Amino acid sequence: MNLEQWLYCLPLRLRSLFHSNQVDQEMKEELSEHLEQQIAENIGKGMSAEEARRSSMLALGGLTQIEQQCRDARGKSVVQDFVQDLGYGFRQLRRSPGFSALAILCLALGVGANAAVFSWVEGVLFRPYPMVSHQEQLFAVAGTVPGKRIDGLSWPDFLDLRRECTLCKDAFVTTITDSTLNIGDHAEVTTGSLVSANYFDALGVHPLLGRGFETGEDVGNDSHPVVVVSYQMWRNRFKGDSQIVGKTQRLNNVPHTIIGVAPEGFYGTFVGRAMQFWVPASMAETFEGGGYKLEDRGARWIESYVRLKPGVARAPAQQQISAIAERLQASYPATNRGRGISIWPLWQTPFNQARIIGPTLEIMVVVVAFVLLIACANVTNLLLVRSFVRGREMSVRLAIGASRGRLLKQLLTEGLILAALGTAGGFLIAFWCRHLLVKLLPEGRALYLPGAIDLRVMAMSAGICLLVTLVIGLVPASQTRHLDLAGPLKAESGSVVAARSRGWIRSGLVMVQVCLSFILLVGAALLLESLQRIRTTSPGFSTTSVAVTGVALVASGYDVPRAKTFQTELIDRLSGLPGVESAAFAAVTPLGYENYPSSPVAVDGYQSLPNEQPEVEYNQVGAGYLATLKIPLLSGREFLRSDDENAPLVAIVNRTMMLRYWKGEDPVGRRLKVKAGWARVVGVAADSKYESMGEIPKPLFYVPLRQDFVIEPDLNIRTTESLQSTLAAVLREVQALDPNLAMYDTITLQEQVNRAASPQLVAATLISTLGGLALLLSAVGLYGLMSYSVAQSTRELGLRMALGADAANLLRLVVLRGLRLTTGGVLFGAVAALFLTRLLGQLLYHVSPDDPVVFASALVVMTVIAISACVLPAWRASRTDPARVLRD
Amino acid sequence: MSKPPDLVQGTLDMLILKILALQPMNGWTISQRLKQISSDVLGVSDGSLYPALHKLEHHGWIRAEWKSSDNNRRSRFYSLTPLGRKQLEKETANWNRVSAAISGIVRLREA
Repeated sequence: MNLEQWLYCLPLRLRSLFHSNQVDQEMKEELSEHLEQQIAENIGKGMSAEEARRSSMLALGGLTQIEQQCRDARGKSVVQDFVQDLGYGFRQLRRSPGFSALAILCLALGVGANAAVFSWVEGVLFRPYPMVSHQEQLFAVAGTVPGKRIDGLSWPDFLDLRRECTLCKDAFVTTITDSTLNIGDHAEVTTGSLVSANYFDALGVHPLLGRGFETGEDVGNDSHPVVVVSYQMWRNRFKGDSQIVGKTQRLNNVPHTIIGVAPEGFYGTFVGRAMQFWVPASMAETFEGGGYKLEDRGARWIESYVRLKPGVARAPAQQQISAIAERLQASYPATNRGRGISIWPLWQTPFNQARIIGPTLEIMVVVVAFVLLIACANVTNLLLVRSFVRGREMSVRLAIGASRGRLLKQLLTEGLILAALGTAGGFLIAFWCRHLLVKLLPEGRALYLPGAIDLRVMAMSAGICLLVTLVIGLVPASQTRHLDLAGPLKAESGSVVAARSRGWIRSGLVMVQVCLSFILLVGAALLLESLQRIRTTSPGFSTTSVAVTGVALVASGYDVPRAKTFQTELIDRLSGLPGVESAAFAAVTPLGYENYPSSPVAVDGYQSLPNEQPEVEYNQVGAGYLATLKIPLLSGREFLRSDDENAPLVAIVNRTMMLRYWKGEDPVGRRLKVKAGWARVVGVAADSKYESMGEIPKPLFYVPLRQDFVIEPDLNIRTTESLQSTLAAVLREVQALDPNLAMYDTITLQEQVNRAASPQLVAATLISTLGGLALLLSAVGLYGLMSYSVAQSTRELGLRMALGADAANLLRLVVLRGLRLTTGGVLFGAVAALFLTRLLGQLLYHVSPDDPVVFASALVVMTVIAISACVLPAWRASRTDPARVLRD
Repeated sequence: MSKPPDLVQGTLDMLILKILALQPMNGWTISQRLKQISSDVLGVSDGSLYPALHKLEHHGWIRAEWKSSDNNRRSRFYSLTPLGRKQLEKETANWNRVSAAISGIVRLREA
């Protein structure tokens, strides 16, 4: 049909569609007019009125059929059929509101779970940075050291990478940092980023006001105190001041010129946090302390990304970057030996929350697919039950001339209505769950992990909707194949035997549900068990009664000598407080976010492998640290106050290090070469957990804080007082020393350990919730099937009763039938679970994926649920009144 | 009874278009005219006329409007549209081509 014809016909077609009654009426009028003329003519020929009418009707043929042919000729059938089916479908749903509500609820939960998880995957892993263009070409960059450990990059390495990587369109730095923000007399700690000058350009983000950074602003030592503030900060702190550009804001007590405001909806590039400000990397010392690092190839402090050129894949880019890293190794062996550079897609970024959430979300994708399948099985079962009820209706329709294709179309339309309503409900659920992930994570500071409901998520859900339509529409439709015209019209045969062919589909569906729920149940149980074990396993130090905090010394401009004096005085003051047993500084608190520094080591008599550069992580700790955390000392002594910068270098090694480098001999008194030179080993500490509860024991040593100084270490306080009163007391002492100082968050060490279990916590919470949902849906499915079977076989049950079966027999009969189905499902589920639980991998802690106790308890739960789903139908069966049944 | 088997598919459409090309008329008149000019040879039943009219209208080849007929009754009058005129030309040309070919063959046999 050409355009001209289209334009001409469109109004006609619309009219046929929307004013079909009028069109129909006109057509009837036209035909009756024809009839009248014919009658008049026939009478004119001399026929009687009756004869004339009969003859005219004969000449015309069946009036109704012609009307139908005219309607068909108008070509309206496809759309009109659909509209008609829609209307009919809605009427059907309204007629059985209970069924409809249940089906839609099931689908909404199934689709909603999927949409929510997709939106998280999209918003947290695939497109984590709103407003940033072409995120699929962004890759995270990090340094690697042998043993697959991830490290930062140094600024000179980054510059070399950016210059030499021809496959990269761009490379930029964004290192998360904290700052004390002084506004008026109010000081608080906010989170921002140290970035390279090309940051905003590389992202394709344009400031709302003012400008981004200019080339050269990331060069020099604290030479460019300029800042771009976030939209939220501009709105909340600066009250949306339109004249803000050019004004000055003190960050870490250094006046910064505000040069721009980031656009609304841009939160920076760190999964899990919403950045409040951006400063150029040249300001590193103001924010990070520890000296001028832009020319230090050994200072690995930056986190960076590359944007690959369009069409460049990860593998060739990685190859080129590895080659660059090898050249750097050759040119700078002192700092770069054994160090590589790797790139990761955003969803595998090793240095932000993606690392924690990623594996969990991967599993969730599988889990929600299961939930959707279970929900579909439920709805299909419900529809099957109805298709029995509607068997008669279908037969009548076939008998009066509907084609099977037409019936199929109608069943699919009804499926589509359910699926579409379910999907709409699912979207609501996903929308409500956008910010759920953040709530699940036990982090003190505000995390930002929003789901993104964008076009891709919508397309995905629409796809699911169609899939669901096919599944729930086609299975009942396939039943119309077995419809024979006579059967249902004759009489309801009224026994389960007659419906056997459909019976096995329904039983099969319930078995699938039980099978999938059982798998989820096992998964949830494994994770809960892991969580329990993480919480109860000792990390190798005592977590009770220890508070962890920190003092913002860098922000207040403390240099090394002042910081040393301050730290000593503070420890003295704290030791005198009531309830405080001991207090010690440490550079790194175990199980936190910070990375441990590492150092090349050498030990007399230890022969390293040819290509091995022995490197061990360490922690700089103050006197009395091991006692404060109650890390057992296996040999030798703790650090003392006298182990300071003027004393000979000393170190304490852990047990694993002793086993590896001294073959288990007590190393106290022996030499250990560290970064600063040869140190004397003075003690051996027991192993403990350092970075995660799941890690295997690894070598680590301690050096005195004074001999490898950091300005802003964490402060650990063992106290019998509560966290609140401790915090108040410490703040009092800190401010007594210097009223300008701010303190970081204070948490208990136990809380720190709990946070370390956050991946397990999130996974366990989500899988338990969804597993519970799956279980509920399956129970509904089983209940529905049993109820239906009982209702259908009242005659059989009545016969059994009449032949002498008692209520207990019937009860057993029904419950056993339910249990048979459950057992079948559980068997398949158990086999599948044996393979699938391996997916949990890293999330499991001290629990084997085929733990028999877990499988057994899942079996018990499943059985209990199954029996309770069968009890009501069974009870109903046992109340069958044989006399009445047989009479009917 | 709806469609005589020997009426070449599409011929009815062409006949209707041809009749309407002369002047607009209603369904009854068309049926009378059809009978008249084809001398009942084609045996177009009234039953197949109306679906054909509706189809032609739907293709945009003819237009229908309600008008008063001679005896002052409201009646549905069909007239040819420009699109319909083009279609008629196309079909007539086609018909001439086909019928020329066929009669050529028929004559060949006779010779």
